[in-house]
Amino acid sequence: MESNLITEDKQKNKLEKAFEILKTMASKPSGLIGLTIVLFHVILALISPYIAPYDYKAISPNTMLLAPSAEHWFGTDSLGRDVFTRTILGGRTALTVTFFGSLIALLWGGLLGIFCGLVGGKIDDVVMRVVDAFLSIPWILAMLLIVSLLGTSTEVLIPALGFFYGKGIVRVARAATHDVIAKDFIVSARARGHSNMSIIWNEIIPNVRDAILVEGAMRWSWMLLGFSSLSFLGFGVSPPTPDWGLMISNARGLMSFAYWSVIAPIVGLSSLIIGINLTADAFAKALGIDRSTKAPV
Amino acid sequence: MSEIIESVKNLSIGFNSQKGKQISILRNVSTNIKKGETVGIVGESGSGKSTLALAMMGYIKQGLFPLKGECLFKSEDLLKMSSRQLEKIRGRKIAMIPQNAGQALTPNLKIGYQIDEALRLHTDLNKTERDKKISELLNKVRLPSPETMAFRYPHELSGGQQQRVAVAMALAGKPDLLLLDEPTTGLDVTTQAHVLELLRFIAKDTGTSMIYVSHDLGAIAQVSDRIVVMYAGEIVLEGPARKILKEPIHPYTYGLLKSIPKLSLAGLPASMPGSQPQPGSINEGCSFYDRCNLATDHCKKNTPDLEHIKELNTNVRCFNHNELINQNNNLQTSITKKSNNSEAIEVLKLKDVSISYAKQKFFDQLLNKISDQNPTVKDINIDIKKGETIALVGESGSGKSTILKSIAGLLKTKDGQIKFENDRILSSNLKMRNPNDLRAIQLIFQNPDESLNPNHTVEQILSQPLKLYFNLSGEELKKNIIDLLKKVRLGEFYMSRYPRQLSGGEKQRVAVARAFAAKPDIILCDEVTSALDVSVQAAVLNLLQQLKEDLGTTYVFVSHDLAVVRAISDRVAVLYQGRLCEIGPSQNVYKFPSHPYTEVLLGAVLEPDPDIKPKLVAEDIVEEKPPEKGCSFQGRCPRKIGDICNLEVPPWQIGENGNAIRCHINIDELASLQQ
Repeated sequence: MESNLITEDKQKNKLEKAFEILKTMASKPSGLIGLTIVLFHVILALISPYIAPYDYKAISPNTMLLAPSAEHWFGTDSLGRDVFTRTILGGRTALTVTFFGSLIALLWGGLLGIFCGLVGGKIDDVVMRVVDAFLSIPWILAMLLIVSLLGTSTEVLIPALGFFYGKGIVRVARAATHDVIAKDFIVSARARGHSNMSIIWNEIIPNVRDAILVEGAMRWSWMLLGFSSLSFLGFGVSPPTPDWGLMISNARGLMSFAYWSVIAPIVGLSSLIIGINLTADAFAKALGIDRSTKAPV
Repeated sequence: MSEIIESVKNLSIGFNSQKGKQISILRNVSTNIKKGETVGIVGESGSGKSTLALAMMGYIKQGLFPLKGECLFKSEDLLKMSSRQLEKIRGRKIAMIPQNAGQALTPNLKIGYQIDEALRLHTDLNKTERDKKISELLNKVRLPSPETMAFRYPHELSGGQQQRVAVAMALAGKPDLLLLDEPTTGLDVTTQAHVLELLRFIAKDTGTSMIYVSHDLGAIAQVSDRIVVMYAGEIVLEGPARKILKEPIHPYTYGLLKSIPKLSLAGLPASMPGSQPQPGSINEGCSFYDRCNLATDHCKKNTPDLEHIKELNTNVRCFNHNELINQNNNLQTSITKKSNNSEAIEVLKLKDVSISYAKQKFFDQLLNKISDQNPTVKDINIDIKKGETIALVGESGSGKSTILKSIAGLLKTKDGQIKFENDRILSSNLKMRNPNDLRAIQLIFQNPDESLNPNHTVEQILSQPLKLYFNLSGEELKKNIIDLLKKVRLGEFYMSRYPRQLSGGEKQRVAVARAFAAKPDIILCDEVTSALDVSVQAAVLNLLQQLKEDLGTTYVFVSHDLAVVRAISDRVAVLYQGRLCEIGPSQNVYKFPSHPYTEVLLGAVLEPDPDIKPKLVAEDIVEEKPPEKGCSFQGRCPRKIGDICNLEVPPWQIGENGNAIRCHINIDELASLQQ
């Protein structure tokens, strides 16, 4: 028989494959820590409305700026609202907005990048120069403009963030496409007469998917920071919606005597960003697109 | 008995699998290298030959480790040395010449500086002495004008010249042992013959021992005194070169030699069934058991030892080697092809085809014309008959693949027409061709690793053309895929496999199946066997021939390997710098008189026979561009007659045996010159 099947490399179905990737990610301490943090935040975001001990918008002059105690674990803020309640609910807002934002960024950035990489020539030139032009605009200024014109609802924020964070993905997707475009299987599909759409769908996407997903995961953590910056500046979600950026901004002036109201959202935000970053790294390694290979000794 | 400089004793090298099992890549290898001797290590990919060679200089790839045994260089074990100690030996005592010199040289340092670096590290010469030594070394490896060569960058040299620089660097430390890892693979045939000739000269001149690792028995035959044949991590046969090549007494070597196509033989070489076992999969018995036609039950249960046969001075690992001693006289046989069943109908006509890679100027772009006066490919006129196999032969840069691409519609032609079936002109723009024409012409690529989508299963790969051209789906699609797999002798269970789970030969079979899925009239084969091992190559060639005989497909077969072309083709077209030199029935092209370029190519072919030495008639200069005027081969022609060659394009002459030659020398005169 002509086959010498290595038993460890049997065909697996998609679910098993995903599980395998998760297992590889968790096999290193950094990946395990990242996954745990992200999982913790996601679960918290899902259950927070049910476990929140207080109403997030209940203002009470009696409980202003109370230090952490048994009733108020993380203390209260300047309006007497429970910081613990607002922190766990704040994660919910941040995660939802940025998750859907990254999804939009991935979709338009990835598809446009693949398309440009495939067709090349004039179209590619023009599109890429436009993308470059957008990259040169400070995104926060542009965001301020959009938000002040259209308002600060999540319906505006998600696509706007998605748009601005997708530009970088265009470049990555285009570069990844360039890597596979010269391969003979694409030439072969072209020679057979497949349409561009069919080539993108069947031949390119399966081969660039991993690189784009990893880039998307990295963008997610950046977007989280960007979203919080917007809120901090007062252009994110509007009060009284609980949000980390907003909470930090409100409590900033009181930091010297009521530090608790600023520490909780900071820890929440930075742990989530670190968690996503670690996960994205582990994800890249598990998929085998880690570029930091050692030179042979 | 001369002094032994390196001896490998019972060496096993392996790795730990994911499941914690110890898997060995080299198993119990022992051999000795004597002073001044050239040892050829030959085997197919995965046989462990490179691992063995690298271990001989104390290097073991990451992830591998020695399980037992030792590598004694002048009675010191290299595998136990510290990296400090190894530094003193590598370069000074043992030097290595890599496979791809173009990648081994630093691209932004001048040649002279890189050789100087080797001299600084490995000798105690001062600056002026070193400078003298550099030009001495460059001279020794026969590079033109050594003084100016030292100031060039690697990219300014041709592949063969880069390889020579690598040889010069290796010689800088005056090593006792030179290690060559496939040093001529990837070079053009004429260049390869020249480099081998140089290596042979250096071995004789300096008395350096050499270890020559290659998969190519032809190259090994030219340089080696002794040959070691590796199979599945073991030495299966070891002995004097002549004995091994002429009277192989191991069935693997015998099969390997039989599967190499030879110039002197028409017809396809016999193929060896099966493929090499994966490391770790052999538990008991002979590792060659599955593929051996002499195998008995005894071989299945018992592992043969390396047995020394005194009268032949050979070591062999086979129980039944005596049977082969008597069988050897029929080494020179081949499978005869069914005679050319090509009908007289012309299916594809290339008429005055020119192809240019030059960038269009803006103005020309508007007028949609290409104004290149000296295109890469020019004046190609070939009529291809239905059912024949026509081969395009030439070295790299001869335009053979370019022509193939423009037939497939992947490259625009500058001038001329490609006519398909009843003189219908095929558009040179892929998008303008009708789907039926696209279906009728299919391509098979050189490297199946690149031509199969790594993220698709075999089923998905084969369903692409079936869905596109025949709109098949569901059960019918599946049935067709199974039929296709059967056609290329693969089982149904291959459907769910990914390309990475297949061997090189299996991948190429899938690529062949994909091409045949379209039920094409013409298949364009672009160097389809050059990425495969010889035994697999023979199998793929046989498969292609079989399919052609069954289905009446026409092949346009591009190759640089004249012996392969001889085996498969009915007609041969020889190209140089994008111009046709000679065209004719293949058995006649290989006979004289022929075009001087064909003569050069034929002379450079390496046969796995130590008695057939290549004839080096022309210099191995590399020409960047075709000449503007005159004969395309004027720059290198050994039979150039004068100005007429530089000025006028030679006329076609038809020889008595039916092959057309484009040369200024009268054909009868050419015949007498070449006798």
